[in-house]
Amino acid sequence: MADLRTNFVGVSSPNPFWLASAPPTDKAYNVIRAFEAGWGGVVWKTLGLDPPVVNVSSRYGAVQWNGQRIAGLNNIELISDRPLKINLDEIRQVKREWPDRAMVVSLMVPCDEASWRSILPMVEDTGADAVELNFGCPHGMSERGMGAAVGQVPEYIQMVAAWVKQYSKLPCIVKLTPNITDIRWPARAAKKGGTDAVSLINTINSITTIDLDLMAPTPTVDGKGTHGGYCGPAVRPIALNMVAEIARDPETRGLPISAIGGIGTWRDAAEFIALGAGNVQVCTAAMHYGFRIVEDMISGLSNWMDSKGYRTIEDFRGRAIRNVTDWKFLNLKYDIKALINQDLCIQCGLCHIACEDTAHQAISREKDGQRHFEVDNDECVGCNLCMHVCPVDDCITMQRVDDGSFQNWTTHPNNPMAEKA
Amino acid sequence: MARKETGDIAAGRLDPAQLARNFSDVSPPLDRQRALIEASRCHFCFDAPCIQACPTAIDIPGFIRAISTDNLRGAALKILDANIFGGQCARVCPTEILCEGDCVRNSPEEKPVEIGALQRYATDWVIRDRVALFTRAAATGKRVAVVGAGPAGLSCAHALAMRGHEVEVFEARAKSGGLNEYGIAAYKVVDFSQHEVEWLLSIGGIRVHHGKALGRDLALSQLRRDFDAVFLAMGLAGVNAMGIGDERLPGVRDAVDFIEELRQAEDKARVPVGRRVVVIGGGNTAIDAAVQSKRLGAERVTLVYRRSAEAMSATDHEQAFATAEGVHVIHCAQPAELLSSHGVLSGVRFEHTRVDGSGRLQGCCEFFDLEADMLLKAIGQVLLTDGLSEGGIDLLRLEKGRIAVDANAATSLAGVWAGGDCVGGKTDLTVQSVADGKHAAAAIHEALTADREIQHG
Ligand SMILES: Cc1cc2nc3c(=O)[nH]c(=O)nc-3n(C[C@H](O)[C@H](O)[C@H](O)COP(=O)(O)OP(=O)(O)OC[C@H]3O[C@@H](n4cnc5c(N)ncnc54)[C@H](O)[C@@H]3O)c2cc1C
Ligand SMILES: Cc1cc2nc3c(=O)[nH]c(=O)nc-3n(C[C@H](O)[C@H](O)[C@H](O)COP(=O)(O)O)c2cc1C
Ligand code: SF4
Repeated sequence: MADLRTNFVGVSSPNPFWLASAPPTDKAYNVIRAFEAGWGGVVWKTLGLDPPVVNVSSRYGAVQWNGQRIAGLNNIELISDRPLKINLDEIRQVKREWPDRAMVVSLMVPCDEASWRSILPMVEDTGADAVELNFGCPHGMSERGMGAAVGQVPEYIQMVAAWVKQYSKLPCIVKLTPNITDIRWPARAAKKGGTDAVSLINTINSITTIDLDLMAPTPTVDGKGTHGGYCGPAVRPIALNMVAEIARDPETRGLPISAIGGIGTWRDAAEFIALGAGNVQVCTAAMHYGFRIVEDMISGLSNWMDSKGYRTIEDFRGRAIRNVTDWKFLNLKYDIKALINQDLCIQCGLCHIACEDTAHQAISREKDGQRHFEVDNDECVGCNLCMHVCPVDDCITMQRVDDGSFQNWTTHPNNPMAEKA
Repeated sequence: MARKETGDIAAGRLDPAQLARNFSDVSPPLDRQRALIEASRCHFCFDAPCIQACPTAIDIPGFIRAISTDNLRGAALKILDANIFGGQCARVCPTEILCEGDCVRNSPEEKPVEIGALQRYATDWVIRDRVALFTRAAATGKRVAVVGAGPAGLSCAHALAMRGHEVEVFEARAKSGGLNEYGIAAYKVVDFSQHEVEWLLSIGGIRVHHGKALGRDLALSQLRRDFDAVFLAMGLAGVNAMGIGDERLPGVRDAVDFIEELRQAEDKARVPVGRRVVVIGGGNTAIDAAVQSKRLGAERVTLVYRRSAEAMSATDHEQAFATAEGVHVIHCAQPAELLSSHGVLSGVRFEHTRVDGSGRLQGCCEFFDLEADMLLKAIGQVLLTDGLSEGGIDLLRLEKGRIAVDANAATSLAGVWAGGDCVGGKTDLTVQSVADGKHAAAAIHEALTADREIQHG
């Protein structure tokens, strides 16, 4: 049996699966149910200063795709709408009852030193393990100079992180907003401010759908809508890239990362960990299916690790980082061609039409007057579009045909700035 | 093939290739892609109705979700932990009245998730590769005797062995498996049951003694003396008689014997079957006997049941399957007389029936004859009570001809539990027998460890 225990910036948990700061971690009732189900830790729903915020009715919009009810979810909820004291009391109680689980408290207060200085001792007093600074919320809070309004300005991130390290002994995790051009800048700023770790991504600015009868965005609040934060399976590729960028940036290399964004299965988690994440946080998948999904996440990850001979999370953490590189370093001599397995082919013709209309006219559709799909190697550029559209597993495979030599763009004759050999 | 006017019973009515097709898997396994598509149809219901409908309460949405993430080990564990015969059940359960019958996809699509097929996908590899999923607890020093190596007996044995007890199974026949091995239709379990038994026994701590029958080679009172607990799971080894003339007439046969011969035959071309076959009965056994006769090459197979279609214990699905296989079904007729010629069966005389106001079946005194070379009786199996009385005294209480048990599967005799078909009051299904065995094991374990806890204070 693989050992799934993790120690993230000094916070230990029985497995790498935490619930992200959001409705699933809104109060003791949910968090206790989550711990009973097996979650390794939680980041409590973001706390702010009293008086609490007020939420609207109708808070979610969902993107459905191909039978999936929630390919992506969008929300216009704000931070915790409960009084600060109630939250703090519950955090204290739950942490006492569940000492082996990670209890992280998410915070968002106005961008001034006094506010941060006043809230931190209260959190520390609950016995919580760490704080997460919510610089991400893209709606509602940013208009008040908090959340993404801070997260989009690296200087502010650095300043607030430094305050937190100055006024509290708790480990500090800065939660980054993806609503910026280059994720490395806020990550570097957080590090300069002295943060112990970053977590990402928070939600992405979005409008889910337009209701064509109401002519208004969804979720629709009394006829009007607003942009909200996008999350769920659809955002995972964006999160993967942002995590990879921070993991391989020389300035932030080694900075602990708690990965968030569209994680719902053990496989998703393993991919983020392979890119260096020390643990993962989940929100939408739990909101879709309930806390019990963690069962398969635990057993699936453990079984996969056993099958690969990885004993601990550290055994495979970060293993994929060195294979993420810049385009200019890719081997231009590498050459593959599509091969259609005629025994498996169901004659749907999707490969032909994809290549014919939108790629390189490399798949013929007829042979001796019969319906037949075959690749012309001279025309095939090895883009593998056909492989992706083919509905049959392993019917179209890519075969390597080059001679094994190597040349990348940095030395290519077509590159006006090529390095001279 | 030469046709005889009467007594036309012969083997090899079909060519080998046709026979091979007829007795191959009726519902072949899913490959990964089809399994994933089917798994994606599962809504992952909360408190799923399918789980409630399974006598062994397998976490169906849980294992399907595991399939969809390629976590086959997790899926198999969920299934086999709840039902150690999950592989057998995946093939033989009448899912249309169990899990799939309650799948929410029945409305509006009228197409439930194929739970049985997915269950098979998740478990086949475990049996094939002999994957050890379970380990035994530390030895307790307690010994339990199990009578009968069918699904009830072996599921109980496995659950007890896992809890650290030593189990000795006494089985009358030469092979283990009970009706999994000797009864279930051949095309439902192709080359599977013995592998499954071997896999199950690989946990250790279970010894099976073949050729040992309670009442013949063993006495219950002796087992009670020699073991800390006894579990009776001997199924229904006897058959009902029709009570119309000499049933030893050549051509007249018990359906279960015929089915057994067929299951045990390496070469189906050597199993004799009548040209015209009449099957009497309305349950699983009747359907299986009729369909398998047809698949062996019988020209005309007629299944006659004394009540209406709704009263048959075979499900709608199985009745429709028999009809689709070309079995001719006659309802509301009971056998009245065996017809013979030259000392062999030549036909059966039937009387039409109706149900009177108080629900009793009555003959209508209207008769018809069916020509037959072979008559297969499938009018029910009964408990053989030989081993349950000693010196003319009944050792335990029976109810309607079966062993009476309480909610903990305990019989009226201290230290003796019972489950499976030999106990009445439930459906006679493989999955029910497995549930009984598992349930009894838990009760036996409680009883065996309770007195130890007392000792330890
Ligand atoms: C023809 C037929 C087809 C069926 N098809 C299906 C189906 O498709 N699906 C389904 O769910 N169910 C089916 N059933 C029912 C199912 O097989 C039974 O409900 C189930 O096998 C009962 O399990 P058991 O362990 O109680 O008894 P059995 O499977 O009958 O096992 C009892 C065992 O005890 C042994 N034994 C008997 N007497 C003694 C003795 N005195 N001493 C020692 N050992 C003894 C027997 O040899 C046997 O091995 C079918 C039944 C029949 C007859
Ligand atoms: C309804 C809702 C409310 C959220 N509230 C918060 C919040 O209060 N604080 C915070 O840091 N993130 C909040 N988030 C963002 C999540 O913590 C998480 O970063 C994001 O949903 C991406 O993860 P996912 O794809 O697993 O959902 C919220 C998300 C949702 C859906
Ligand atoms: S790999 Fe691209 S170019 Fe080659 S056959 Fe497929 S679609 Fe056409």
